[in-house]
Amino acid sequence: MEVLTDYTLRTVALGALLLGAVSGALGSFAVLRKQSLLGDAISHAALPGIAIAFLLTGSKLPLVLMIGAALTGWLATLLVMQVTRNTRIKYDSALALMLSVFFGIGLVLLTVLQKMPYANQAGLDSFLFGQASSLVERDVVTMAFLGGIALVATGVLWKEFKLLSFDTDFGTSLGLPMRRLDITLTTLLVIAIVIGLQTVGVVLMSAMIIAAPAAARQWTDRLGIMVLLAMVFGAVSGVMGALFSAGTSRLPTGPTIVLCVTVIVIVSMVGAPKRGLLWRTVRQWRSGRRLRQSAVLMDLYALAGQHEEHEHPHALAVIEAMHPHTAQLRHKLLALAERGFVVQTGAAEWALTPAGVREAEQLLEGNGEIE
Amino acid sequence: MQSAIEVRDLTVAYRDHPVLWDIDLTVPAGVLMAIVGPNGAGKTTLIKAILGLVASAAGQVLILGKPYDKQRHIVGYVPQRGSVDWDFPTSVLDVVLMGLYGRLGWLRRPGRRERTQAMDALVQVGMEDLAARQISQLSGGQQQRVFLARALVQDADVYFMDEPLQGVDATTERAIIALLRELRSRGKTVLVVHHDLQTVPEYFDEIMLLNVRRIASGPVSEVFTAENLRLTYGGRIGFLKTPQSA
Repeated sequence: MEVLTDYTLRTVALGALLLGAVSGALGSFAVLRKQSLLGDAISHAALPGIAIAFLLTGSKLPLVLMIGAALTGWLATLLVMQVTRNTRIKYDSALALMLSVFFGIGLVLLTVLQKMPYANQAGLDSFLFGQASSLVERDVVTMAFLGGIALVATGVLWKEFKLLSFDTDFGTSLGLPMRRLDITLTTLLVIAIVIGLQTVGVVLMSAMIIAAPAAARQWTDRLGIMVLLAMVFGAVSGVMGALFSAGTSRLPTGPTIVLCVTVIVIVSMVGAPKRGLLWRTVRQWRSGRRLRQSAVLMDLYALAGQHEEHEHPHALAVIEAMHPHTAQLRHKLLALAERGFVVQTGAAEWALTPAGVREAEQLLEGNGEIE
Repeated sequence: MQSAIEVRDLTVAYRDHPVLWDIDLTVPAGVLMAIVGPNGAGKTTLIKAILGLVASAAGQVLILGKPYDKQRHIVGYVPQRGSVDWDFPTSVLDVVLMGLYGRLGWLRRPGRRERTQAMDALVQVGMEDLAARQISQLSGGQQQRVFLARALVQDADVYFMDEPLQGVDATTERAIIALLRELRSRGKTVLVVHHDLQTVPEYFDEIMLLNVRRIASGPVSEVFTAENLRLTYGGRIGFLKTPQSA
């Protein structure tokens, strides 16, 4: 286990784990609030902040750069809200506008910086696509500190954030300060994004916000489990991507992490129980089969209605006459027999069982067992 | 007797366009009151403006004699069913518990006592068997009853309900009406945005006819007239049987 002994690898893995977990947690709320693209705008808008912070201080201290990134990321969010509220420009257009404008400014500043006679500006461009191998211990300490704040705050305001994401108006009617909670949650999202920028880069950071929560949603119907799963998915893909890229020289970390999380997303979309494509196909096929069996059962019940006792047997030919389009009627009767609803009483004669009568009556009332 | 809801000069505008114009409304305590009016009349906006969910340009709202801001704890709200995402990862019981978040205060999580209260509310709407169910698996009528249960745990004195009968089947409609009457018998006041004019006399004591302005309000027997309906809906309502024309 190289990871545990090699100092660089351990630092890189720890940083990636942190950023994956924190962005998974806050990203879950962003995804549920249909603000996935807000994350994209914030991360792109962080680029000029990084450049400006360096220009003003000449420092590449992670905390300094992160504060710069957070400030412009925040400013972009604020502008999106103002533009949406005060003009006829819609939310998605406002997002796209701020994203490209801020990112453009960031690129210009970065190019200007490269040509300046500073000694240590090298490496700032790694914020574009991320460079995990550039992480050192003090970076990880800063990430842990800020990420810790974000996670603790999420835990403390858990029920308020849940209500904010599900039904803001109802929260307001309860007298809760929903606007301030909204600002708080958005601030935490900015923090989650900012701590990942050095590793993942501004261009693809939004994948960490969106992908892991989207995958997590496939596996559970409970918010708490979804957030935990998104943290695990984010952490796992973060660590894997960071290790791959740190092991190979000059392989940017952002894209590598995105490839890892993409695998998790695809597996979740296809394979998750209940919501997964595979499961839904199987369920559709099975409920279709059930439905066709129920149709046969109902016909037997209708036939039996003409006799004193419901369990009166009927010839296969009679049932077939009611089902001119049903292929393999015998198979359906056999399947019904397996479920204990009908019984074969002669060579080509079938009858309802008491259980079959009950099932037919329940189906008639509309609360039979239809998956 | 003190009125439950007192609205004075309430005006709401989107840009320069008035949505509600100078609304005065008095709702006596302990009645079921319907708000009716054509689409775009501002029914939902009226409720939201009273509750401070949309900004009003002018106006005052008193709940049981005091400004609404001081009375939020005795006001319950049932929003339109379609106003939330029913694919949200949460359970029926969890949604009902949200009705207690205001009273719980910061930092506290719902405990056993709160869960018991929520279950009681679910029993009242006949949904106790579905407490653990994911909310995306509910029918329209069940969604509506979950929202009602969430309002019931608030144990408010004054309720605002936005189309609680929208898209529910006849059985659910009867159950909901029975519940509203039960609330009334306990002295609660319920203001309901309602669509079906035919059932107004049967379900409600009071009615407000709204079309941007208040056309009329008061006891159904006095206000629910062909003339008032014509004023509210324009000429498009000739087919309706009112007490006068019937």
